Amino acid sequence: MLDHLAFRDPEAKVIHGATGPWELVIGLEVHAQVASNAKLFSGASTLFGAEPNSNVAFVDAAMPGMLPVINEFCVAQAVRTGLGLKAEINLRSAFDRKNYFYPDLPQGYQISQLYHPIVGEGEIFVDMGPGVARRVRVERIHLEQDAGKSIHDMDPNMSFVDLNRTGVALMEIVSRPDIRGPEEAAAYVAKLRQILRYLGTCDGNMQNGSLRADVNVSVCRPGDYERYQATQDFSHLGTRCEIKNMNSMRFIQQAIEYEARRQIALLEDGGKVVQETRLYDPDKGETRSMRSKEEAHDYRYFPCPDLLPLEIEQAWVDGIAATMPELPDAKVARFVRDWGLSEYDAAVLTAEAENAAFFEAVATRRDGKMAANWVINELFGRLNKQGLGIAASPISAAQLGGVLDLISSGEISGKMAKDLFEIVWTTGGDPAAIAAERGMKQVTDSGEIEKVVDAMIAANPAQVEKARANPKLAGWFTGQVLKATGGKANPATVTALVTQKLGL
Amino acid sequence: MSIDIETARKVAHLARIAVPEAKLAALAGELSGILSFMEQLNEVDVTGIEPMTSVTPMRLKRRADLVTDGNIQASILKNAPDAREGFFAVPKVVE
Repeated sequence: MLDHLAFRDPEAKVIHGATGPWELVIGLEVHAQVASNAKLFSGASTLFGAEPNSNVAFVDAAMPGMLPVINEFCVAQAVRTGLGLKAEINLRSAFDRKNYFYPDLPQGYQISQLYHPIVGEGEIFVDMGPGVARRVRVERIHLEQDAGKSIHDMDPNMSFVDLNRTGVALMEIVSRPDIRGPEEAAAYVAKLRQILRYLGTCDGNMQNGSLRADVNVSVCRPGDYERYQATQDFSHLGTRCEIKNMNSMRFIQQAIEYEARRQIALLEDGGKVVQETRLYDPDKGETRSMRSKEEAHDYRYFPCPDLLPLEIEQAWVDGIAATMPELPDAKVARFVRDWGLSEYDAAVLTAEAENAAFFEAVATRRDGKMAANWVINELFGRLNKQGLGIAASPISAAQLGGVLDLISSGEISGKMAKDLFEIVWTTGGDPAAIAAERGMKQVTDSGEIEKVVDAMIAANPAQVEKARANPKLAGWFTGQVLKATGGKANPATVTALVTQKLGL
Repeated sequence: MSIDIETARKVAHLARIAVPEAKLAALAGELSGILSFMEQLNEVDVTGIEPMTSVTPMRLKRRADLVTDGNIQASILKNAPDAREGFFAVPKVVE
């Protein structure tokens, strides 16, 4: 079975500088918070928004003598994510200490996996529209602890520290520099987020910080990137800068665009790009150097003496593999193949697993394209308008299916169906019963419609003259007939009859 | 490997240990001595031997994903030199 549809690569973004064209090379490190109840090495809760320092165990606060004990579910979540990205799973991984000093890091080090990550090489197909996608290689995924949160605006002289997030499990998902433009970078994060949500390994909530990205950007001349890809030799690429801690797709795009232009201007003025960490300021729309962090880059990694290497068994990994859901690429391919949908519609319907399931419930034993149109245009349109998710939809899949059945059997017209949809949305109930109760029934008997057409023509000789002189005016009769039949006549039938009767 | 004064100063700073300038030279000497002592280990040929991570053949202990700890805000903040409204309060750190 095909895992994804055929595609071609998107064009790399080109920026025209004063000295000629430039291209971008982008790699991302995404920090995804593992969806779990408890933290990576302690039994404290991971719940967002709790009273400060309440979801903290002595382990998280780095009290003397406390030892970390790993949460097996967090390991399973990392493995599940790796399997979802078709990555190799390392049965033996190990934890290291990354040492730095900051008030929201009470241990004075972050437990991470520098040398032996749990997940190796994988891939993500980044969709850039129907038939266009970029295959981005994932270099690795490792497990690590999150830091706490510092709040700087509550007091003029003090910073306030909350350790609730300290020790929550993160997956750092590192891509290769295979991304070639700001839009692709945002699309990469969107696709990764979608896969994580399908897998249930991260809630993907960017506002709450569950998904944050560090973006590496460099620029090069056309041709250089192809030389890098052919040799995997980084010397063909420009010096990169890292933009830290972005939690919005829009800002990621803006920051990359700004940073690329900054580097190009620097190079064209005869300057050099200095490898450094930068911050994006969304208010000013620019990136600036985080000079104070320079010294902190000396992390003095060493193996964590508190933790034995993490050894997992192939059978355990296979057990996780057996519970994998159908992932977005496979689902889109199947929707196109089995339901006869366009790739665009299939992509819209599969954005969230719950949406896709709703659609399939509506489409089963019905026309796939018709179901897709109604779910996308009427239902999603209405849900978006009211800011609702599919789970909060006032119309169930069975109810929408009921409306569709009435259209298919010819009992109601498309126009009536929209009215019926509106009624079911507001008051609920069985569509067939509502249609019967309100007398929503399309007149398909052309003899009955014919009578009305004849009467209308007989009663309006002046309009008949006008319409014969200018056939465009025949629409007036169609309108009058529809009005006279209370919208129950099929418009196509009426138009045909009017045209025929007027002899046009 | 010998540690010079500059390296000693840097390591002290990274560990946030205040070492007076006058004591740096002595500290550098001591650190160099420790490293030279350790370097004796280099005499042993360890080619092809996996680094030992545990003296007994133990498997890393695991925990179930259950919330069994926390809700001890008062205890967590008890030793803090300054705590306000449930937060640790520290001298301003701004990026």
